[in-house]
Amino acid sequence: MSALVNAGELSPAARLLRAAGRTAAHLGSIAALLVAWEVFARSGAVTMFMLPPFSAVAERIWADAVDGNLWLNIGLTLYRTIVGFLLASVIGIGLGIAMARTRLARWFFDPIISIGFPMPKVVFLPVVILWLGVFDVSKITMVTIEAVFPVVTATVLGIQGVDHELLWSARNMGAKDRELLWQVLLPAALPQIMTGIQVALPIALVVAVFTEMAMGGFGLGGVMMQSSRFADSRGVFAGIVEIAVVGYCVVKGLAILRWRLLLWHQEAMAPSTV
Amino acid sequence: MRAALIRYSPLLLLAIAWQLVSQFELVSSTALPPLTQIGSAWIDLLTSGDLQKNAAPSLYRGGAGLMLAIGFGTALGIAMAWWRPVNVVAGPLVEAFYPMPKSALIPVTVIWLGFGDGSKILLIFLGCMLPVTIGAFNGARSTEQVLVWSARCMGASRLRMMWDVVLPSALPELLNGIRTALALAFILMVTSELIVAREGLGNLIGFLGANGSYAAMYAVVLTVAFLGFAADRIYQFFMQRMLAWRETGMA
Repeated sequence: MSALVNAGELSPAARLLRAAGRTAAHLGSIAALLVAWEVFARSGAVTMFMLPPFSAVAERIWADAVDGNLWLNIGLTLYRTIVGFLLASVIGIGLGIAMARTRLARWFFDPIISIGFPMPKVVFLPVVILWLGVFDVSKITMVTIEAVFPVVTATVLGIQGVDHELLWSARNMGAKDRELLWQVLLPAALPQIMTGIQVALPIALVVAVFTEMAMGGFGLGGVMMQSSRFADSRGVFAGIVEIAVVGYCVVKGLAILRWRLLLWHQEAMAPSTV
Repeated sequence: MRAALIRYSPLLLLAIAWQLVSQFELVSSTALPPLTQIGSAWIDLLTSGDLQKNAAPSLYRGGAGLMLAIGFGTALGIAMAWWRPVNVVAGPLVEAFYPMPKSALIPVTVIWLGFGDGSKILLIFLGCMLPVTIGAFNGARSTEQVLVWSARCMGASRLRMMWDVVLPSALPELLNGIRTALALAFILMVTSELIVAREGLGNLIGFLGANGSYAAMYAVVLTVAFLGFAADRIYQFFMQRMLAWRETGMA
């Protein structure tokens, strides 16, 4: 609590300085890792094949960026991730609302969700390929299947956890079902729903990259797998760096979106954890 | 018994629908073989020993990788929570690598350690370590200061305090992190075996699918899915046992 008060009292300049310091510490640690990579790769302890130096990998990424392949592959991977993720969010929130509000939906879907959640659903990939082929439809389907579960469970918990007094007050003031849903239930459950969505997004990216690796074709995962088949380890490491950066940006972007959406909520004022 | 039957009746309905749909060829029975056929394929796999022969290396890889991840992840997480320099160095790296899709490391682990067990264990270890680290970090950070002070005051050494005070109070979050890691271990095990392996359940699935024996493929797919589910339930049972000492309401 005292940290909160102190942060409020700092002058804007001091706050800016502190943020700059934190960013520098972050970047310093990443830079140290990259330098260590470069030195270790050049030391002769490992072959160029096992660990190409970072400078060579960066050169490769630059070349891909200049001829445009990098953007094409990032775009394709992001397209599959985000379409699958949005489908999972819409289906998950809809199903979660239905399960929290109607007994029939809860009876039917509850055992399916509770058994399906802990299953490694990527194992259904060959089945999905059998049904839908190896193109975008089956990749996006896999992403959706895997990402929908955390959204459903978070939505159910969030809506069931809404304060009864809020509901009673709204009812008392004459809110209809639809108004109750959009103006009370969903906003009040939003923090938990957002948490579920934040769990689902990295999963969506993992599955998108994996399906690309398994099915081939373009996209960050597919291209990386192709480099691996041609024993082009520079390409493999370039792929890893690209995927890591994309993953970081996507997750950070969603965290910022959460903060914007929940500005009205008290959690936005608390110092963030991790 | 009756309650369980009512609770799980939707699954039974789905199973019956599956059987009927493929029995009457509403969808092609290659794409969706009848459950009875899958059952007999499963028994064939079991009697020929193919299932056990491939399950053993898979479970060994998953188990070894997960154990390493739990050991290293817990140590790193607690160190990050209690020694500032460790957090300054490791914190940004954990944050940067946490969102990275770990299946992307499959080709690299193959370059380093080849096609055998080593590369899978390394992959599972790398993939499962960060959720454990973050669980241990968050748990250890929320240790009540009063408990720490009391322990120090009564003459506990730093290491002793870690073991007797910090670790138990970090346990709920740590165990949750390990649960995430358990699910990830299964995912990484199957994906790595599907993409590059000579044996293992994932490899068996790929092999059967390529041969067109779809009933057997379904049998193995359902087996792996069930194994993942069962592992999670068993883990949850242990988790409750391990946390039984906590006052109710605190959890």
